[in-house]
Amino acid sequence: MFRFHKLDKTTSTRCAVCKYFRRRCPPDCIFAPYFPNDNPHKFTCVHRFYGASNISKMLEELPVYLRAELVESLYYEAKCRVQDPVYGCVGIISSLHQQIQVAQTQLAKTQAEISVLNANFVVAQPPSSLDESLVQQNGVDHGLDDPFNTWFY
Amino acid sequence: MEERQRVQPIDEEELARDREDQIYIELAGSSPCASCKLLRRRCAKDCIFAPYFPPDDPHKFAIVHKVFGASNVSKMLQELPIHQRADAVSSLVYEANARMRDPVYGCVGAISYLQNQVSQLQMQLAVAQAEILCIQMQQGPHELPTTHHQSLVDCDMKSLLLSGNNNSSDFGDQMMPQFMSYTSSSNNVIQDPLKRESLWT
Repeated sequence: MFRFHKLDKTTSTRCAVCKYFRRRCPPDCIFAPYFPNDNPHKFTCVHRFYGASNISKMLEELPVYLRAELVESLYYEAKCRVQDPVYGCVGIISSLHQQIQVAQTQLAKTQAEISVLNANFVVAQPPSSLDESLVQQNGVDHGLDDPFNTWFY
Repeated sequence: MEERQRVQPIDEEELARDREDQIYIELAGSSPCASCKLLRRRCAKDCIFAPYFPPDDPHKFAIVHKVFGASNVSKMLQELPIHQRADAVSSLVYEANARMRDPVYGCVGAISYLQNQVSQLQMQLAVAQAEILCIQMQQGPHELPTTHHQSLVDCDMKSLLLSGNNNSSDFGDQMMPQFMSYTSSSNNVIQDPLKRESLWT
């Protein structure tokens, strides 16, 4: 009377990897937590470059709390490789190195400009104007007490 | 005369391709390549690995095989034209080395670190540009008398930074490919990135 849909139940709980290989997904499947069946592209992409057995070995070599990070990094690298089959993510690294060089050059140039501007600003300050303004302020020359006049002595 | 001149560029390209094929055949025909040595099989004359994994550097193939697997590397190379395979192998070796050094993040850790460096430099550049604006404002025709010890960065840095940031973010868009959203989890873990690594060792 009741149909036992054992096959359907197994099918619905299979991870993307076991679905790909059309096999039963055991309860302790090493891939299941990281390749859910709602994202089959993730495994097909990673599998294309690394292979299931290599991924399994890499997962086994790591503690459980780091495996999710591993899978995400493999997925990222695989996507880079799909986009750029020759250089993969190394192309991105190369591009970032170049950008850093350009930025460092620009920064050095800008800092040199600041030094030049500061030097010009200091040179352009006439020392006599300071002395005159102080006398005008006080009426009496209190140069001995004035901290800004220390360089006269 | 004109016909000979027209043919010349095509002949040079063909010669270059023939030379490349000749090297390929010569390498394949000599002692087994590193991959066939490791896999313990006969190195065929048209072995796809032979030009890129010479027998004097067994470690190169070993590391690539460990991370990617020989069959995957073979498929990748077959999908590429011959003139791009050497670069592809170099990038695979680089990625494999990065993965051996950092089994969790591999190259992604280095990318994350470099992105942070670019951001920091961008910030420093924006601050420096704002400082120049400040100095130029103070040295302008309506400058107020300033004392000898007064700081030259005495103006509202925040507002200047906000106005100056638009000019300094030129390479912010360029550095972000469409899926560069993976950065947050790696910042706390990576301590020794590949910042000084040569790309093609």
